[in-house]
Amino acid sequence: MKTPLSAYGAVLEARFRTLLQYRAAAAAGFATQLFWGLIRVAIFTAFYQSGSAAHQPMSLPEVIDYIWLTQAMLMLQPWGVDPDVRNMVRTGTVAYELLRPVDLYWLWFTRTVAQRTAPMLLRAVPMLLVAGLFLGLRPPASPAAALGSLLCTATAVALSSAISTLVLLSLLWTVSGEGISRLMPAASMIFSGILLPLPLFPEWAQPVLQALPFRGLADLPFRVYIGHIPAQELIGVLLHQLLWTAALVWLGRRVLVRGLRAMVVQGG
Amino acid sequence: MPQILVQDLRKTFSIAEREPGMWGAVRGLVRRKHRTLCALDGVSFSLEAGELVGYIGPNGAGKSTTVKVLSGILYPDGGRCEVEGRVPWKDRIEHVRRIGVVFGQRTQLWWDLPAIESFDLLREIYGVPLQEYRAVRDELIERLALSPFLDTPVRQLSLGQRMRCDLAAALLHSPSILFLDEPTIGLDAVSKLAVRDFVAGLNRDRKVTVILTTHDMDDIEALCNRVLVIGGGNLLLDGTLAELRAQVTRERWLTVDLEGSEEEARQLDDPEAEVISHDGLRVRLRFDPGVVAPAALIARIAGRYRVRDLFVQNPPIEEIIARLYGNAPG
Repeated sequence: MKTPLSAYGAVLEARFRTLLQYRAAAAAGFATQLFWGLIRVAIFTAFYQSGSAAHQPMSLPEVIDYIWLTQAMLMLQPWGVDPDVRNMVRTGTVAYELLRPVDLYWLWFTRTVAQRTAPMLLRAVPMLLVAGLFLGLRPPASPAAALGSLLCTATAVALSSAISTLVLLSLLWTVSGEGISRLMPAASMIFSGILLPLPLFPEWAQPVLQALPFRGLADLPFRVYIGHIPAQELIGVLLHQLLWTAALVWLGRRVLVRGLRAMVVQGG
Repeated sequence: MPQILVQDLRKTFSIAEREPGMWGAVRGLVRRKHRTLCALDGVSFSLEAGELVGYIGPNGAGKSTTVKVLSGILYPDGGRCEVEGRVPWKDRIEHVRRIGVVFGQRTQLWWDLPAIESFDLLREIYGVPLQEYRAVRDELIERLALSPFLDTPVRQLSLGQRMRCDLAAALLHSPSILFLDEPTIGLDAVSKLAVRDFVAGLNRDRKVTVILTTHDMDDIEALCNRVLVIGGGNLLLDGTLAELRAQVTRERWLTVDLEGSEEEARQLDDPEAEVISHDGLRVRLRFDPGVVAPAALIARIAGRYRVRDLFVQNPPIEEIIARLYGNAPG
């Protein structure tokens, strides 16, 4: 008997609902992102006004759009791991996860999807509204760009969840998981375009940035929205995201099999 | 073919060790020392369907490791293990669908949700048809008297309430085998009795096979007719409680309540029995029924002292287990 998909659906829903309760954290996150967004917009405006904007790979309005999208979608980044699972591994309650008649990889992947989406939605909706109404964020370049960026964002959720799940699985060896779960967001901040829009990186860095999976988390969906990547090239963008997702899922499943063999359930 | 078959099961853990103190911590960065701990060193037993077996042993004896291997959580290093023909760690998903497990020290309920929502979630995860689920759930709620606190978030439940909810959670998918790992740990007397009654009823009415690990010998005496005793990764004994007693010691205890003064009580002695404790006017002696017949001993003591009351009993099971490990007090 195969595990019905509804099992994962139920876990996703329960976790999602729980996470939606953290409204104070979302409000604080929103305020912080708004503040940083304003500063970043001011810095880029100053740069563009002092230099020759003509030679830049992105125009100032495009950069401003990019920045507000960054601020709105920040929680989509593979920040940390599901605190519940971390706790379970620390205390040994993880044993119960193995007692469920479901595939452990997809169970944890599902939890991670909830972890990536619920906090993001809580922050993204007000941020897009405020930035769109008052702070210069323009609507998507075209209906095709709107649809395309939605599609890219959905695949970005899958990609981010695959990365986070891989980090989560490292808990099976390191218990506390502090190390990797701090390194990963740092790498992702730089290589996804959150810190600096990727087109503004020097020429020599571009091949590396193109190859890495991280641009699928922010840069690609944002540039599709802005129209910086034309809608015709959408297939290539999605392919990049999906291939990386598939590779990371494959790797995660391999890691899990090895991890379970090595696993020691903590405590009596 | 027995329902559960365990042959020569082995499991070792590698434990990273660190010398204490700052210097130890620094050295640990460069060189790790590992120690191998043998949790199971060739354990074999088999169980028939419908048995209620007590699995006992001191902390670190390998009880929980056995339960974790049998329930498919841990991979053993060697040996054979089949449950209803399934190899737990190989057919994990198929296996866990048909067993229920309760770890007394942890909860499987979602901490922030009311228990009833965890139940609904478990129904989805196990894919139990709705009608069947409702029937099973309602019966469990009634038998375990859960209704007063079903809608309270689990984090606010008392330990006894939580344990009853956990028992229900482990049984919603009607497993044929139930593993209970220290289900009464930390519970008060009333909750312990409730858990015991429930487990006994489950085994009697539903023919669910129960494997119970515990430190509470009252659990064992109340529930199990067969016990497996494990120590140092080896099975020390497999038999009934009576056999356990007979194998370790034939000793009985005679408790005598005297009339008169405590001074008198302190002077009580007998050539063929040994006084083991004084408590006011109560004196406890131990004797071997093979050396002196209980009736003769009682007659002699009643003749020599002013006896108000007396009774003969078996030594408590804790005492027997302790002797089995060879570290009996006294």
